[in-house]
Amino acid sequence: MRDFSYLRASSVDAARQASALPGAMLLAGGTTLIDLAKCGVAEPDTLVDITHLKGLDAITVDDRGATIGALAKMSGIADHADIKSRYPAVSEALWQAASAQIRNMATIGGNLMQRTRCPYFRDGENFPACNKRRPGSGCSAIGGVTRGHAVLGTSEACIATYPGDLAVALVAFDAMVHLGDRQVAVDDFFLLPGAAPEREHAIQPGEVITAISIPGSTAARRSTYLKVRDRQSYEFAAASAAVGIEFEADGRTIRDLRVALGGVATKPWRARGVEAALKGKVLDADAVKRASLLAVEGAVDHGANHYKIELAPRVVARAILKLGETA
Amino acid sequence: MTVHMKRHGDASDGTEAVGGRLSRVDGPAKITGAAKYAVEQRLDGLAYAVLVESTIAAGKVRSIDTDAAQAAPGVLKVLTRDNIPPLKTASDWLGTPPPDAPYCPLAHDITFSGQHVAAVVAETFEQAVAAAALVKVSYDETPAIVDLSDAKAGDGIPIDAMTKEWGDAATAFAAAPVRICAAYNTPREYQAPMEPHGLIARWEGDQLTVWEPSQWLDGMARTYAEWFGVPFENVRLVSPYIGGGFGSKALALGHGAVAAIAARMLERPVRLVMTRPQTFTGYGGRAATRQTVTIGADADGIIQSIVHRGVNETSIDGMWVEPLGSTTSIMYQTPNFSSRQNVVRVNSVVPGAMRAPGENPSAFGIESAIDELAYEVGIDPLEIRLRNYAEQDPHAKKAWSTRQLREAYAAGAERFGWSKRSPEPRSMRDGNQLIGWGVAAGTYPVRRAYGEAMVRILADGSVEVESSSIDMGQGTYTILAQTAAETLGVPADNVVVKLGDSRFARAGVTGGSRLAGVMTGAVHKAASAALDELVGLAISDQRSPFHALQANTLVVANGRITSPRGEGPEVSIAELLASVGRDRIEAKGDTMPANSTAEERYKNYTTIAMALPHTEGDYSRYSWCAHFIEVRVDEDFGTVRVSRVVSALDSGRLYNPKLAESQWKGGIIMGIGQALLEEGIVDRRHGRIVNNNLADYLVPTNADIPDIEVISVGIPDPHSSALGGKGVGELAIVGVAPAIANAVFHATGKRIRDLPITLEKLI
Repeated sequence: MRDFSYLRASSVDAARQASALPGAMLLAGGTTLIDLAKCGVAEPDTLVDITHLKGLDAITVDDRGATIGALAKMSGIADHADIKSRYPAVSEALWQAASAQIRNMATIGGNLMQRTRCPYFRDGENFPACNKRRPGSGCSAIGGVTRGHAVLGTSEACIATYPGDLAVALVAFDAMVHLGDRQVAVDDFFLLPGAAPEREHAIQPGEVITAISIPGSTAARRSTYLKVRDRQSYEFAAASAAVGIEFEADGRTIRDLRVALGGVATKPWRARGVEAALKGKVLDADAVKRASLLAVEGAVDHGANHYKIELAPRVVARAILKLGETA
Repeated sequence: MTVHMKRHGDASDGTEAVGGRLSRVDGPAKITGAAKYAVEQRLDGLAYAVLVESTIAAGKVRSIDTDAAQAAPGVLKVLTRDNIPPLKTASDWLGTPPPDAPYCPLAHDITFSGQHVAAVVAETFEQAVAAAALVKVSYDETPAIVDLSDAKAGDGIPIDAMTKEWGDAATAFAAAPVRICAAYNTPREYQAPMEPHGLIARWEGDQLTVWEPSQWLDGMARTYAEWFGVPFENVRLVSPYIGGGFGSKALALGHGAVAAIAARMLERPVRLVMTRPQTFTGYGGRAATRQTVTIGADADGIIQSIVHRGVNETSIDGMWVEPLGSTTSIMYQTPNFSSRQNVVRVNSVVPGAMRAPGENPSAFGIESAIDELAYEVGIDPLEIRLRNYAEQDPHAKKAWSTRQLREAYAAGAERFGWSKRSPEPRSMRDGNQLIGWGVAAGTYPVRRAYGEAMVRILADGSVEVESSSIDMGQGTYTILAQTAAETLGVPADNVVVKLGDSRFARAGVTGGSRLAGVMTGAVHKAASAALDELVGLAISDQRSPFHALQANTLVVANGRITSPRGEGPEVSIAELLASVGRDRIEAKGDTMPANSTAEERYKNYTTIAMALPHTEGDYSRYSWCAHFIEVRVDEDFGTVRVSRVVSALDSGRLYNPKLAESQWKGGIIMGIGQALLEEGIVDRRHGRIVNNNLADYLVPTNADIPDIEVISVGIPDPHSSALGGKGVGELAIVGVAPAIANAVFHATGKRIRDLPITLEKLI
């Protein structure tokens, strides 16, 4: 039996120190970690339990922005009145993620650390090769069953899709990850696989996510998260889009636009090309549909996931037009 | 397991008699967690076994290094083919005598990925899991045939027994003015019961007790007995509750043999439960199928000829035939017909029974094809079904016992509002949502067999019913209480039903929707005998208060005995038994012919060889249904959501409409999953199912299921069962997938002939 030690951190500082130990992993909601431990992917030597730490689950929202403690639960954030009114895309992304049971357990810090659902990543017994799991061993997904795999941000080493919803909305609205002394933009927190897909997050040993902050913006206030999936609930995105929009005083001309994609890329994917193409333009269905094609600029499919290249721009366009309708 | 109606029964929304809407008596125990499932038994000295499975699909085991596992903490034994005693090969479910060859549930010759090659037994489950990961198996791998589309798969083996032909189908097709021909495919689908397969096996001398979820205690006991060469009577199967079976829990399987071997070697009880991924390879789901359906018709859509060719996959060394011509050959009248079937060997576990095997994929072919014909000739899809209505069984050439399908079409169409349907594809929409309405029919044969039951009237006037049949959620506990209550004239909450123990009165398989018909008949017969004895005592025993009356008969109602015209006393059953000095009346009854031998009785309960053909005698017996389904298809995203279902079903007389409706709805929900979500996806390089878990193998969630309206159009069918019921459980899934595919065509103008209908097929 694989033994590990369990350590209950007495403070954030203690958690930092403990997490710097080789083989240490933080335990919060456990919804990802326990799952990965069961399928043999996560093999922690030490579990550093931070669930009881005080003051890490606060949610504060004002005109400047929102700060969400790392231990806030997905369901609590989704249901927070100010998050719903000022960041509807964030609330909607959370409500459409996972299941009610998982949302009641999972924390926002752990949510950012969620790993891919690539079946080859999760089954080391049958598919030893996985560069994420065993660096340098190869990628079993390439040439295999790829229906759910990424079309954007892939490399020869890895085509695993980033599975989450929340971070897609966070990337769209320039959220920051608080790692104690330093802050990292969420967009930079998630790393492209490149040649080292085992590194997924810009977090160092000894660092602990303490909070996430999201700047306030008009675009965030008028935002939505549109998730398209095979099953209506408890299912990862085939393609999703977090979109926020701000109009000029005329109510038609786009002053600010935020677009990010989920379910199609190796990380939460900000679609700046779409944003640039439409900023300053009058909202128009054809223009939106044309510009949305830029969302998948540079996309590469692996056969069965080709549909994502067709689907993602349609999801983006629908989300933008839906927000425009409410003008 | 014993379910006490007194504690759990609820007749608040209906009468307790047969036909009443009594709520499930086992429901509260399941909801509160009080229900103890088979592998939840706490036994002293219990050891835990974990399977090690092959990671290649074809080849041989070269060596198994068990040293590290054997040395791991808590490990009691590492089992491989080399260190376990061979078993005897058991007979199959038809009772066919087996070859005189050893059987070993751990393999050296690998024919599919996920085959059991070793097992680790340890003091704790966690120790066994950890040690299993240390077992190192090396293989000599050979190329695998991964699925039906594999170039190496070939055309397969013709199954002549599946051939059904009359008239001259080829000539009539060639001469028909309207001809359609299309190929329809269904993928591997999995039963995915909530409760995974598993068991606890315990030996006491040469007596084996197996706690295992089972759809067939006596059949599985027979297999265990034959494997180990012990008498049938030495094996006791206990299966108090079953957390879903859908066909997959009717047979003793290799993992059961492994656990029983381990228990015998270690002289300790052993628990073995499959992991969820192992449930995708430890036994078979529904075989992948291919069908071509050609229909020749005249310009009015009257069918002249049907030519049907089917293929299903089976394993390299096992045989599974999914009868693909079963619905095709009976649904519509046609003067010319030809159906043939092949099976193709692939490197997979042998496929198995899954809700309505045969009829289900068969209906996807014919019920899609008739829809295509309707558009081809420009006739409403409901109308074309009525024009080709089979007034008798076109294959058996016999009268239907009952066929309320026309009534089902009428009732379903009326309730659904079918007449308001706009005929053109893509002609109904709501914003981005294309709306489509589809119809399809379904059927399932009435499988009949003989049953046995024990009924006891106890001193306190309560009644006990015993049977080794089972309740996997379909309501056996409840309807047998209702049957005994009605027959004996006692309140249903005075009846205790005991099921799920092979020591009880014997029962055949719970599959093919036969159990309710079989067991209500058996309980009715045993209870009638008990009643006769009770009334006989009351009339003739000198100590009875009714003795002086010299009545011919007495009335028992609500647990009290009176004379027909009310003269004389009124006493309770308990008082009567006390007066005649009896502590019980016991009647074991079966519905077998009176002159049946002991061997025939044994065969009846432990094989399916004694089942009565559904076309025996003058009649052809089937259940029928018609599904009317509305889908909404997002025109940009290709996502299909079912937004409305109205189904009208003919299952004959319903013993408990509430429970029958639940089963129908369950079948419809499973059909929605089959149509839109379910597919075992094979990695072609490894011949392995990669979505072998419930996050990746999608079954519907509540959010995928709209309100489902079911309408019973059945009438009592005296030719099908003692009390007039036909099959319920298998029926309702049949026809759902084609109704959805037909609705998708109506919505989009795209005909999807490969299940499931996922979004990339529509964008």
